Amino acid sequence: MPVESAVQNQTPEISIRNLNFYYGKAIALKNINLDIYKGKVTAFIGPSGCGKSTLLRTINRMYDLYPGQYAEGELIVAGKNILDKNVDTIDLRAKVGMVFQKPTPFPMSIYENIAFGVRMHEKLTRNEMDDRVEWALTKAALWNEVKDKLNKPGTGLSGGQQQRLCIARGVAVKPQVLLLDEPTSALDPISTMRIEDLIHELKREFTIAIVTHNMQQAARVSDYTAYMYLGELIEFGKTDELFIKPQDKRTEDYITGRVG
Amino acid sequence: MNEILHVSSQFDEDLSRLRTHVLQMGGLVENQVSAVIDAYASGDPAGVGQILETDRKINALEKTIDDDCAQIIARRQPTASDLRLVFGVTKIVTDLERAGDEAKKIAKGVRRLHAEGVDQRRFAVGVRHIAEAALSMTRQALDAFARLDAPLALSVIRADDAVDIEFKAVLRQLITHMMEDPRTITQALEVMTIARAIERIGDHAKNVSELVVYIAEGRDIRHAKSPMINEHNGGEQ
Repeated sequence: MPVESAVQNQTPEISIRNLNFYYGKAIALKNINLDIYKGKVTAFIGPSGCGKSTLLRTINRMYDLYPGQYAEGELIVAGKNILDKNVDTIDLRAKVGMVFQKPTPFPMSIYENIAFGVRMHEKLTRNEMDDRVEWALTKAALWNEVKDKLNKPGTGLSGGQQQRLCIARGVAVKPQVLLLDEPTSALDPISTMRIEDLIHELKREFTIAIVTHNMQQAARVSDYTAYMYLGELIEFGKTDELFIKPQDKRTEDYITGRVG
Repeated sequence: MNEILHVSSQFDEDLSRLRTHVLQMGGLVENQVSAVIDAYASGDPAGVGQILETDRKINALEKTIDDDCAQIIARRQPTASDLRLVFGVTKIVTDLERAGDEAKKIAKGVRRLHAEGVDQRRFAVGVRHIAEAALSMTRQALDAFARLDAPLALSVIRADDAVDIEFKAVLRQLITHMMEDPRTITQALEVMTIARAIERIGDHAKNVSELVVYIAEGRDIRHAKSPMINEHNGGEQ
């Protein structure tokens, strides 16, 4: 469906135009057109293999690490097509942070987990760095739980805490966009609720795109939802409307749990 | 209606049971309305006891259906057409239960008129007309629910205007009676209460129909101006 019809009066943070993505010869994304709005949460749902994670990984060029994978089309962030060869991916990933399904703390202290990324992009004094670490951990709703053990290893935290640590690491470099790839699928319900609550807080300052298999989670946390199937964007619209009255029969069948 | 089955057959069974309960309840309400119209037309209160008994069954079904809905929401987190069905049903049963209450009110009125030895047939022949119309609206609203037939539901909504107009004519007739012969005031007021109850039954059928349109098409046409009610989006899905 046309992107324009879904939304008005929103500023796009990311504009995706005619995007195709290939794993070697296999096409994984077919002519995707979509805007991800500033300060909003956009959820991507769809069955396994529909391309939603691929799309997310394209937004910060995670695919660069793998030979044979390539994208064509336009993916515009801050006026620049980030698919251009000359884009500095280190710089891009500071603007577009990512959190993965399984928490991936570095084998270092909690403090260093946050400071490590910041040092790659900025030169801060010791005091400034302390402030930044506290700020990021506070944003990730983890500060109160770890402030007395900042020098303990990050790997010693619980799964839910580790995931919030990864979110803190992501926000510490003050990105514009946070990409969350099934951030709670390995977490228990209470940790999941904490992360969802955190997403509500974070969207005040960051644009968020989240991939999730949990439809209720998409309904709870997002402002906009995109339904993808077999590499195509089937429907994109306001979450308020999509879960009550989807426009496309295929979306209806998927979100109501019917065999297509 | 989405004819494709859910991956979870248990979910299909839950929804199918919910629909069956609503239709059972609707069937009882329809019978009640039909029975009170007969009682009113014949002036014979013999069936009133049965009507009061059935009303208790209707009330019990309302509670069962509310519980069905709560269970489905808690266990299944329905979305899209399933969500609209469950949400719509919680409101439909309220209207059905109230239509049942109106029927009970009419039955009691018929009994009182009979006890006073009044032949209500000499008042307001129009009452019979609106009663038939309200019964037909109730039937069609339930048919529309059973098939999720939005065009049929819209025709019920339009029919309600005619009932409202006829109801006003009945009121004028009754007022005329009362002015001409003040001794009839007590009985005329009783008939007026009955006519009002019939008109309310029509309103409940209209409300049910509005909810059917919401369930079928996701359009909320309550309190809408008639152009929006007339338009029909084809009912795909």
